[in-house]
Amino acid sequence: MILEPRFTDDLSGLPTSKFGPSSLTWWGILGYMLIEGVGFALMFFAYFYLMSHEQGWPPEGRLPPDLLAGTIFTIVILLSEIPNTLIKKAARAGDVATVRLLFPIMVAVGIVLLIIRGFEFNSLNCLWSDNAYASVIWTLLVLHAAHLGTDWADTVVLWALIMTPLGYEPRRLVDVDENSLYWRYVWLLWIPIYLLIYWVPRL
Amino acid sequence: MNRPEHIRKEDERLAKERETIARDGPQLTGDELRARLDRAWRRPPGIIGWLATVDHKEIGRRYIVTALVFLALGGALALVMRLQLAAPGRTIVGAERYDQLFSMHGSTMMYLFAVPVMEGVGVYFIPLMIGARSTAFPRLNAFSYFMYLFGGLMLWIAFILNMAPDVGWFEYTPLSGPQYSPGKHTDIWAQMVTYTEVAALAAAVVLVCTILKARAPGMTLARMPIFAWAMLVVGFMIIFAMPAVALVTTVLLIPDRLVGTQFFNAAEHGDALLFQHMFWFFGHPEVYIIFLPATGFVSILTEAFCRRPIFGYPVVVLSLISTGILAFGLWVHHMFATGLPRVGYSFFTAASMSVSIPTGLQIFCWLATMWEGRPRFQVPMLYVIGFIVTFVIGGLTGVMVAAVPLDLQLHDTYFVVAHLHYVLIGGAVFPLLGVLTYWYPKITGRMMDEAIGKIGFWLLFIGFQITFFPMHLSGMLGMPRRVYTYPAGLGLEVPNLISTIGAFVLALAVGLFVINGILSLYRGAIAGPNPWGAATLEWAISSPPPVYNFEHVPVVESHTPLWDGGGDLPVVTGLRVDQKEMLLTTVLTATPDLREPVPEPSLWPFISACAVGIVFAASIFSAWAVAFGLIPCAIALTAWFWPKDMTRKPEPVIS
Repeated sequence: MILEPRFTDDLSGLPTSKFGPSSLTWWGILGYMLIEGVGFALMFFAYFYLMSHEQGWPPEGRLPPDLLAGTIFTIVILLSEIPNTLIKKAARAGDVATVRLLFPIMVAVGIVLLIIRGFEFNSLNCLWSDNAYASVIWTLLVLHAAHLGTDWADTVVLWALIMTPLGYEPRRLVDVDENSLYWRYVWLLWIPIYLLIYWVPRL
Repeated sequence: MNRPEHIRKEDERLAKERETIARDGPQLTGDELRARLDRAWRRPPGIIGWLATVDHKEIGRRYIVTALVFLALGGALALVMRLQLAAPGRTIVGAERYDQLFSMHGSTMMYLFAVPVMEGVGVYFIPLMIGARSTAFPRLNAFSYFMYLFGGLMLWIAFILNMAPDVGWFEYTPLSGPQYSPGKHTDIWAQMVTYTEVAALAAAVVLVCTILKARAPGMTLARMPIFAWAMLVVGFMIIFAMPAVALVTTVLLIPDRLVGTQFFNAAEHGDALLFQHMFWFFGHPEVYIIFLPATGFVSILTEAFCRRPIFGYPVVVLSLISTGILAFGLWVHHMFATGLPRVGYSFFTAASMSVSIPTGLQIFCWLATMWEGRPRFQVPMLYVIGFIVTFVIGGLTGVMVAAVPLDLQLHDTYFVVAHLHYVLIGGAVFPLLGVLTYWYPKITGRMMDEAIGKIGFWLLFIGFQITFFPMHLSGMLGMPRRVYTYPAGLGLEVPNLISTIGAFVLALAVGLFVINGILSLYRGAIAGPNPWGAATLEWAISSPPPVYNFEHVPVVESHTPLWDGGGDLPVVTGLRVDQKEMLLTTVLTATPDLREPVPEPSLWPFISACAVGIVFAASIFSAWAVAFGLIPCAIALTAWFWPKDMTRKPEPVIS
C-alpha cells in the first residue's frame, strides 16, 4: 500500500459464517432464483400469449391433462415443506444430529416426486410436437422437472457432505439452511405451473 | 447442542488453534505482511495454474483481451462489407456470404464484444474500486470466462467451416425456423447465445454480490463510485433480461428445430411474433446493458479529469436506476412495423421518448462537473468529449425513430444503422477506449503514449463521423439494410463511398490504439500508483496491483477517499495472512459483517465449463446429448464444491 495505513479497528473477532442475508451464498442463490424466476415468468407470458390467439384452450377440442398425477404431486410437494422446515430449523439451531436424521427424508421425497412427475408426463393427453399448446405445457413441466432433478442431486451431495466430519462446521449448516430455502422456491414455483397446466385449460 | 463428546473436544482444540492464527495489524504490516499475503494468494505457476486461477484481475484481463480480439474480428467483417458496398453492383462477396457477414458482425459485436468487455472491466476494477481483495464467487467468475470463450470459439470455428449463422444477429422466426433455415447455421447461433448468456448471467451474479457485500467498511451505497452503481444496475438488468434470450433460443427455437415443438409454427397454433417479443425483451435492455457501464466510465473520467466530485451524484445515480427500469418498457419499439394495437404504439412511443430524460440529466451533470471543475484535456477526457457529441446525435435520431410514422418510413434502412452505431460506438466504444487509456497504467504499470493517443482519438472521432454520418442520408434515400448490393443511379454511390473511406480511417485509428497498447507495454513511462491524481481506491495501491489487492482492508469516509484523506489511509485489520480471506460488510451501510474465506485456485470450473460446453455443442445435433451429457456436468460441478481436505480447520478454508 502506498499511503501510510492508519489503523482503526481490529476485526479478528468477526464471525466466519452467519445465516440469512449476511451470507454471501444467500445472495448468490437469490440471484439465481431471480434468473430462473424471470425464465418462468416469460414462459407464463408465452403461455398466455399463445392462448390469447385461440378460440379454445386446449385448441382443436383436445382433452385437458388428467388431474390425478399432478394433484398428487402437488399435495406431496406441499407436504414436503414440513420436513423441509424442520431441517431448516435444526440447521439454524446447530443441531447436526437432527439434520443428519432428516436428510434421507428429503432425498426420498425427491425420488417420490420424480416418479410421480413421470406419470404426469403420461397424463398430459398430448405430445409436445402436436401443437403450440402442447409444446408450452410440456416445456413448463420439463423446466420444473429440471429444477426437481438438480435440487435432488444437490440435496444428495449435501447429505453426503453433512455426514462427514465437516458436517460440524457452521458453514455447512448455512448450506443446509440455504438448500431448504431453495426447496421452498421450487415448490412455490410449482403452484402457478400446476394451475397453468391442469386448471387453466379447464376454464 | 447435543454434539458428541469427541466433537466437543475437537471444538475446544480448534478454538485454541484459532488463537494462534496470524492476522494483519500494527504488529504485522509492511514487507513481512506483503510477503506472507503473496504466499497465501499467489496461484501455482504454469498452464495448470493458468487454467485454475480465481484471481479476478487475471480473469478480467482475459475477458478484456478476448473481447478486444472479437472487436477486431467483427471490425474486419465490417470492412469486407464496406468494400462490397463501396460502389454499386460489386461482387467481392455474394448474397449468401454477405448474409453470413452481417450476421457474424452483429452477433460478434453484441454477444462477444460489447457485453463481455463491460463485464470484464467490471470484474477487474469493481473489487479494486470498492476496496475488496476478491470478487464474490471467484470460481464462478472463472467458469464464466471459459463459457464465454467457448461460445466465441464455436461461432468463429463454424464461420471458418462455412456453417456460420446467416439470418441476422436476432434470427427471427419463421426465417430461422426448421422450414426456412435448414442445416445447422441457426443452431450454431442459438447455442453461441446460450454459452454467452450463461457466462453473462454468472458474471452478473458475481458483480452484484461483490458490490452488495464486499464493499470496504464505510462505503455506504451513497459513497460508491458511480461506476459501481452502473455495474450494480447493469448486473440486475442482465439478471432480468438475459434469461429471455436464453429461453427463446435454447428452450423454444432449438426444440422447434430439433424435436418438433411448434412454438413458432403458425400452422400448429404457434406464433412467429412470440419470438420477436421475447427476443426484444432481452434485446432492448441489452443496449442499456452496454451503454450504462459506459456512462459509469464517463462519470469517473469526468470526475478524475475535472478534479472535482461529480456534480449531482444523487441525480446521476437515480438516472442510472430509472434508465435501467425504463429499458424494460421499450422493447416493442423494435416491432412497430409488425402491426400493433394503436394504444401499443402510443405507449411504446411515449416510453421510448421518456428514456431520453434520465440520460439527458446525466449529460447535464457531466457538463456541470466540467463547468465547475478544471478539465485537463488528456486522452481519456478527449474520449469523454467525443462521447458526448456523438451520443447526443445518436440520441436525437433515437427520439426521431421513436415516433411511429417516421419509424415505419425508416425501418430497416441505413438510417437505423447510423443511429445504432452512433449510440453504440459513440455511447459505449468511445468511453471504453477512454477508460482503457485511463486504467492502462493500473493494469500494466506503464502509461500509454499521449501523443499517439491523441492522434488515435482524432482519427477515430473523424473516421467515425465520416463512416456513419452519410448513412443517415443513404437511409433517407431508401437504402435497405442487410442487402448485399444496390443499383446505380439512385444517388447512393457517394454516401456509400464516403462511408467506406471512413471505415478504413476508423480501422486505422483502432489499429493505432492497439499498437499504442502493445508498444507502451515495453516503452511506456512508469506510472506509479496514481498517475492521474484520481480519487478512488484502486489508485491507493501499486500499479499493477498485488495479487491480494489491499494489504490492509481500507476504510472509506467519503465518495472521493483519496482526495479527502489526510495523506494516510484508514484501515481495518485482523484478517488472516496465511490463508485467503476477505471482508464482507452489510448491504446498505457497509458495516463489517463477516470474515469470508476466498476459494483456492481450482481446475474444476474449467472442467465444468468443458463439460457444459460439450453438452451445448452436442445438443445441436441430438437431444439425447442433454440427457447423457448431464452426468459429466454433475460430476464436475460436485467436484467443484466438494472440499478437497476433509479435516476440520480452526477457521473455514475453501479448498
